[in-house]
Amino acid sequence: MAAVLPPVRGDGSVGVVEPRSFRHEQPLALDCGRELPGFDLKYETYGRLNAARSNAILVCHALSGDHHAAGWHSADDKRPGWWDHCIGPGKPIDTDKFFVVACNNLGGCGGSTGPNTINPATGRLWGPDFPIVTVRDWVRSQALLADYLDIERFAAVAGGSLGGMQALQWAIEFPGRVRSALLIAAAPRLSAQNIAFNEVARKAIMSDPDFHEGRYAEHGVVPRRGLMLARMLGHITYLSDGLMRQKFGRELREGKISFGFEVEFQIESYLRHQGETFVDRFDANTYLLMTKALDYFDPAAEHDGDLARALARAQARFLVVAFSSDWRFAPERSREMVRALHTGGSAVSYAGIDSPDGHDAFLLPNEHYFAVLRAFLNRIHADLEVAA
Amino acid sequence: MTASTDRRRDAVGQPHRQRRATDQRHEANRLRGDHALIAQWIRPGSRVLDLGCGDGGLLAHLRSQRAVTGYGIELEIDKVVRCIERGVSVIQGDLDAGLADFDTGSFDYVIMSLTLQAVYFPARLLEEMLRVGREGIVAFPNFGHLNCRLQLAFGGRMPMSAALPETWYETDNIHLCTIRDFEALCDRLGIRILQRTVVNHQHRRSLGARLLPNLLGEMALYRFERSPGPTATPHPEPTHDARPA
Repeated sequence: MAAVLPPVRGDGSVGVVEPRSFRHEQPLALDCGRELPGFDLKYETYGRLNAARSNAILVCHALSGDHHAAGWHSADDKRPGWWDHCIGPGKPIDTDKFFVVACNNLGGCGGSTGPNTINPATGRLWGPDFPIVTVRDWVRSQALLADYLDIERFAAVAGGSLGGMQALQWAIEFPGRVRSALLIAAAPRLSAQNIAFNEVARKAIMSDPDFHEGRYAEHGVVPRRGLMLARMLGHITYLSDGLMRQKFGRELREGKISFGFEVEFQIESYLRHQGETFVDRFDANTYLLMTKALDYFDPAAEHDGDLARALARAQARFLVVAFSSDWRFAPERSREMVRALHTGGSAVSYAGIDSPDGHDAFLLPNEHYFAVLRAFLNRIHADLEVAA
Repeated sequence: MTASTDRRRDAVGQPHRQRRATDQRHEANRLRGDHALIAQWIRPGSRVLDLGCGDGGLLAHLRSQRAVTGYGIELEIDKVVRCIERGVSVIQGDLDAGLADFDTGSFDYVIMSLTLQAVYFPARLLEEMLRVGREGIVAFPNFGHLNCRLQLAFGGRMPMSAALPETWYETDNIHLCTIRDFEALCDRLGIRILQRTVVNHQHRRSLGARLLPNLLGEMALYRFERSPGPTATPHPEPTHDARPA
């Protein structure tokens, strides 16, 4: 991470950015049958919307992301947005060409309506009473944000992992509003193994004595141990075996084993650190909701499991990218989407990028990965100019 | 297999390094010779799969000139990027892994130019081409060309030429064949040849290549389909110039 970069424009950074809030006053019907009586979405934008309002890219976040995708929140901010490698002037998602919109999803903990905001019906925090939200609910709420920003059609909807699933859902749900969709390190649905990992993560959170059925805030505590365990488990699935071996090996912190259960190996120390820092910035109820949204995502389900049929109405041009060492959403999962797309006649390109970085690769700079993104978006941009 | 399609491509045409230099300047506008010949065979508005599509030149040409839709398959990431840049739909993949991701009968044409000789299972791939497409089109360097025969007969060395610019230990060509070899294989596989063109290394037809294709042709191009069935004529006369020498 380029944590020491000065938070100024130039050097490919969008500089200091300020989050905004979009308030939707009308109720939103959700897939689960319940409705939200109105909602807020926290969002950020980078770059400038052109006169034709045609150069907008919606960036969708993954499980633990939020609206802060690029730039810095203040001059002494320690870390830039989660996709700062990729978004900025001259970067693959080039803010000199595109107007980028990133929002925090419903149920999130970055400022959008979610478990740690107030339920207007009770005047108390939603907590565990927040309805289960789906990828489609998110996409519908994002479309309302697009209406508010007066963006009829996105030049691209892009995301990695769970973000890629939102991009796919956009192409299905709003075919006329998506010129292109970038599905990166994603999958058309979770495998049993994926769901199993999510279930262990949820159980870790829910079995923490501080969880209090999700009403931990009312008790003035946080299920730190459970959330930390969930994050540690998640992190194992984000890295590849090869990368872990290369980064940590069997290296010992003290140089020798101590025949005890304290942290001895570097990997243990790394995972604990990841878990601990996560607890300070993330909400346990949100984590539960996000993993459920992942588990439920299956756009083919309404079409007898036939993804090609689910995608039959899609009009977007697709780019699908997978990474060789990603075993959470392996390249085969991406090829399932590619297959469904070309079977249905959609324009689709696929790149399987060689990378040792596992699932996390979608967040990290990589020459070939970025070349592919750049090529695809440059083409989209060139076609916008022709259309104008 | 990590064979460079770049090298496969240079199997016919100018020597490798020379081609590189000119490529970078003119690639965008210039249509490769084999592609120009293949393009003439494609009906407008059809759906095409191009195996080993390189930088997408043929597909881009077919799209703009013949309203063709389709996909390319390419192994090398740099070529994949070039395809995407020009708006050609490309799927990165290895032809040696087969075409299992493609449905039966989903394309009008499956094209494979100057790549057949560099894959592990040419026969299997030809059959796959005709499962996925109604017609197949291939082009390959003719190993039966006089120059090859002379080098082998009198030099006692593996042939090298403009069409085959690399040494035996560097080349990706692992399944070189002659025109007669290819037609014999088609016969065995129940493949009916619809059209054949035999040209020299400048992609021009010549009297010699017409009369004695297997001896004087440097590159052969075929359009073919699956034979209607065992009851039909086993090998009807193709609509081309002459029987191979």
